[in-house]
Amino acid sequence: MEKLKQHIIDKEETVISITGLYKSFDELEVLKGIDFTLFKGENIAVLGKSGTGKSVLIKIIVGLLKPDRGEVIVLGQEVAKLKGKALDALRLRIGFSFQNSALYDGMNVYQNLAFPLTMNFQNLTKKQVLYAVEEVLESVGLKDKLKQMPSDLSGGQRKRIGIARTLILKPEIMLYDEPTSGLDPITSAEIIDLINEVQEQYNTSSVIITHDLTCAKNTGNRIAMMFEGKFLKTGTFNEVFDTDDEQLKGFYNYNFIQ
Amino acid sequence: MSIFGNKKYILTRRLDDYFIGVHNAYTFTARFFKEVFRKPFHWREVVNQFFEVGLKSLALISLTGFIVGIVFTKQSRPSLEDFGATSWLPSLIGIAIIKALGPLVTALICAGKVGSSIGAELASMRVTEQIDAMEVSAINPFKYLVVSRVVATTLAIPILALYCSFVSLYGSYVNVHAEETSSMVSFYQNAFKTISFLDIATAVIKTVVYGFTIGIVGCYKGYNATQGTRGVGKAANQAVVLAMFLIFIEEVIIVQISNWLRYF
Repeated sequence: MEKLKQHIIDKEETVISITGLYKSFDELEVLKGIDFTLFKGENIAVLGKSGTGKSVLIKIIVGLLKPDRGEVIVLGQEVAKLKGKALDALRLRIGFSFQNSALYDGMNVYQNLAFPLTMNFQNLTKKQVLYAVEEVLESVGLKDKLKQMPSDLSGGQRKRIGIARTLILKPEIMLYDEPTSGLDPITSAEIIDLINEVQEQYNTSSVIITHDLTCAKNTGNRIAMMFEGKFLKTGTFNEVFDTDDEQLKGFYNYNFIQ
Repeated sequence: MSIFGNKKYILTRRLDDYFIGVHNAYTFTARFFKEVFRKPFHWREVVNQFFEVGLKSLALISLTGFIVGIVFTKQSRPSLEDFGATSWLPSLIGIAIIKALGPLVTALICAGKVGSSIGAELASMRVTEQIDAMEVSAINPFKYLVVSRVVATTLAIPILALYCSFVSLYGSYVNVHAEETSSMVSFYQNAFKTISFLDIATAVIKTVVYGFTIGIVGCYKGYNATQGTRGVGKAANQAVVLAMFLIFIEEVIIVQISNWLRYF
């Protein structure tokens, strides 16, 4: 597995800034006051058990869910106040890789990748679309899968195509929802490498939602440890886990045993 | 909480859910009318869906329509024979099929076949986050998925209903011809003799309403599906049941209105 390289992180330029974020579903309070900053060129891994609100956090960042309280500023714009074309314009600058890839199962790989491009840029020629599709497929190492249907792909390949589909729009921010869940250790390592390659090649800033310590350690410049809707601790991997905190130690040991 | 208190809570909760459901359905339909006239227009998807609805239902509609024509003729003949009025058979069949049976049979078949397929397809797209994936790619999933499907069913079902009526009449002719020699032209002429423009217009309007109902109900149930894979089955089932229920209510209302219009 490729080691996480030291990227140029511009601490002057904030791409995501969240303050006092709260979100509930009926009586269930999921996020209980999240404060969070992502700098340009940085990868932050949000770690935590299932059901702690990690995915809710990135769905709020991309505007799929509305916060109850708090401010979410992405690339200088408050997401909750955006509507229609303004929200679409912001979304074109954000890539979202879903936990289960969310590939359109009625379309083949080419159509899956061409779809966001042709829907957003209608004046592109067929040749330009094909070139863009082949380019992103090459960057995820699956150039030969152009005509395959999603059902014919393995879990790892689906994840790669899912990532390629977001890369085709050349995003500035990448949001990964559990990129290694359900994958064997070798495929997980390949996806981790891909996340790092994407950061390097496309100069993106990323939020990686995961419960996998290996993934967090190898992709995150910073780790944010989430517990019951709040961040317990934020810092480098060693800063977070070099601790006497029982909850953090418990999470670390559980992953280690696994 | 006492047993009565608990029942009261369940009742108020169900009433809440009912009114929220009505409000959501209203908002969903209103959004359709808002989006349908707005750019961009996804004509290619409308055409795809039109063929999906139309062509793939054609075989079933043909078979059902043909059988309805034969069965209805077989069952009507003895009653007319009692009054020595078998010559009225084509007219009777014409009225029954063009005004009522053709549109209704088509709508019920499409509610089952098309409604359930739209409900299940959109529900599975919802639970596998494909709809969210469109949204985060700055694509309006409502416009692309819902508007195109509802427009397609609204356009395809009237054509299918007209086709069904003609096939039913042909089925009826085959049965009549087997009993007594008659020409197809005179059979169709007699069938249409008692049909007025208002009858045809009512039948077409009815099928447009049915087509819209099947599309919007299927899309509403599928688009708002929850509860994972269980939700997919539930959405498909509810899409059929609700669409059929609404079709019968619409049938009564439209027939009543067309009867009032006759007096003007």
